Amino acid sequence: MGGSLDYIWDGLITAVGLLVRLDPETFSAVAATVKVSSMSMGLSLIIGLPLGFALAQTRFPGRRAARTTVDTLLSLPTVVIGLLAYTFISRRGPLGGLELLFTLQGVALAQTFLALPIVISLTAAAVEGQDRRLRQTLLTLGASARQTARSTLWEARFAVLAAALAAYGRVVSEVGISMMVGGNIKWHTRTITTAIALETGKGEFGMGIALGVVLMIWAGILNLLLAWLKKRSEP
Amino acid sequence: MSRSRALLICLALALTLALISTPALADPVLKMASTTSTANTGLLDYLADLFKKDTGVELQFVAVGTGKALALGANCDVDVLLVHAPAAEKKYVDEGNGVDRREVMYNDFVIIGPPEDPAGIKGLKVTEALAAVAGKKAPFASRGDNSGTDKMEKSLWKAAKMDVPEKESWYVQTGQGMIKTINVATEKKGYTLTDRGTFIKFADTHKGNPPLKILVEGDEVLFNQYSVIRVNPDKCKQVKTDLALKFADWIVSEATQAKIGEFKLLGQKLFIPNAKK
Repeated sequence: MGGSLDYIWDGLITAVGLLVRLDPETFSAVAATVKVSSMSMGLSLIIGLPLGFALAQTRFPGRRAARTTVDTLLSLPTVVIGLLAYTFISRRGPLGGLELLFTLQGVALAQTFLALPIVISLTAAAVEGQDRRLRQTLLTLGASARQTARSTLWEARFAVLAAALAAYGRVVSEVGISMMVGGNIKWHTRTITTAIALETGKGEFGMGIALGVVLMIWAGILNLLLAWLKKRSEP
Repeated sequence: MSRSRALLICLALALTLALISTPALADPVLKMASTTSTANTGLLDYLADLFKKDTGVELQFVAVGTGKALALGANCDVDVLLVHAPAAEKKYVDEGNGVDRREVMYNDFVIIGPPEDPAGIKGLKVTEALAAVAGKKAPFASRGDNSGTDKMEKSLWKAAKMDVPEKESWYVQTGQGMIKTINVATEKKGYTLTDRGTFIKFADTHKGNPPLKILVEGDEVLFNQYSVIRVNPDKCKQVKTDLALKFADWIVSEATQAKIGEFKLLGQKLFIPNAKK
């Protein structure tokens, strides 16, 4: 016996060693994930927050269809998004000239399509969850459309933050898009998830664990931050 | 409202990262598509370091099956290929997707399996071995991903006058790289076809005592030739022809060929250089 537990123990020891020594390959993957997820989250929030608000508050023809479409896009598998992105940004595709394939920028752009439905859908839900009288009160106080939007989003800020965190969780843990669009190129587009998925297959079990640990710590920090912010705003 | 301004600044910072990340003034970059066997063994990392030292050009490679590598080249997404499926390569060049195919190195394929060898294939010729595996319905892990190894395996079933046992329960198509496929074979205590280089890497990961052993080797049909092919610049206007040419000339040069021969694990050569002088 002694086969299985030793294997896991060896992996853990290797992982601690990599983290303590600040192993360049491991932290290159961490840096790549941080960069690409920041870019895609930034873009999807800028586009998604106003759209989510609009979807909840404004009446327009086809509103229900739009809502259904957004909710359906929530189930889009990452490999499908990755495949579609590849067909567009491959040299052979319409956006080939932008040279986005095998770059973090390309991955971030494709990941935005993953995060956007989540941000839109959950922001809309957050805004809808607001007291109806809020809007009327703001309007009677003479608020412009933009001020109304900002105030409503601010009132719903924790639900909106939760939406952003949900989208972030999805983006930071996906493999399909990073693989297809990024190519898992060492030092460049090798992210935490592609490194774990592909390098562990080569027996780099220790690095996989190290990366998994970093990801969990990062997620933990973000959630603690949210909890702290929530506590701070409570009377 | 300073709060929303702070938020906007954060978002702007995130997007600025996008611009900073662009390596506008970095070294020249050559994009290559290669196979999982050259990548998994560590050979590509080794070559990339040497190439950077010798020429200052950064070699960025994606490791996919030969089938996908050829497709990436045909789509003009990479500049050069390093693959191992001679029949498919020749067709590729004939169709005008690649030019200047040059042989670089070789090793051989081997069939590996559990030491108990339930199908009793040790020492047999390849065709007999496959017949024995099928007869005993012993687990067999296949790449199933259109890679060079996969193409070789399918040709071997054909040579054994059998259909590829796609629908059989004992035949497992992983659709993944070589080491992953070997791991599946290990889990199922079954057989698989692999190139010797990747097997040596696998054995090295198991500190010289791998759970699967080489059972069939030496058959002529198991010869495994790797070649470099440049993506056709007439077809793909954006391809970095000068860098691709630099790489092709470099990898067949005597100095690099010697370095390929020096790439060893457990004291064994993983790839044997054989570029034409």
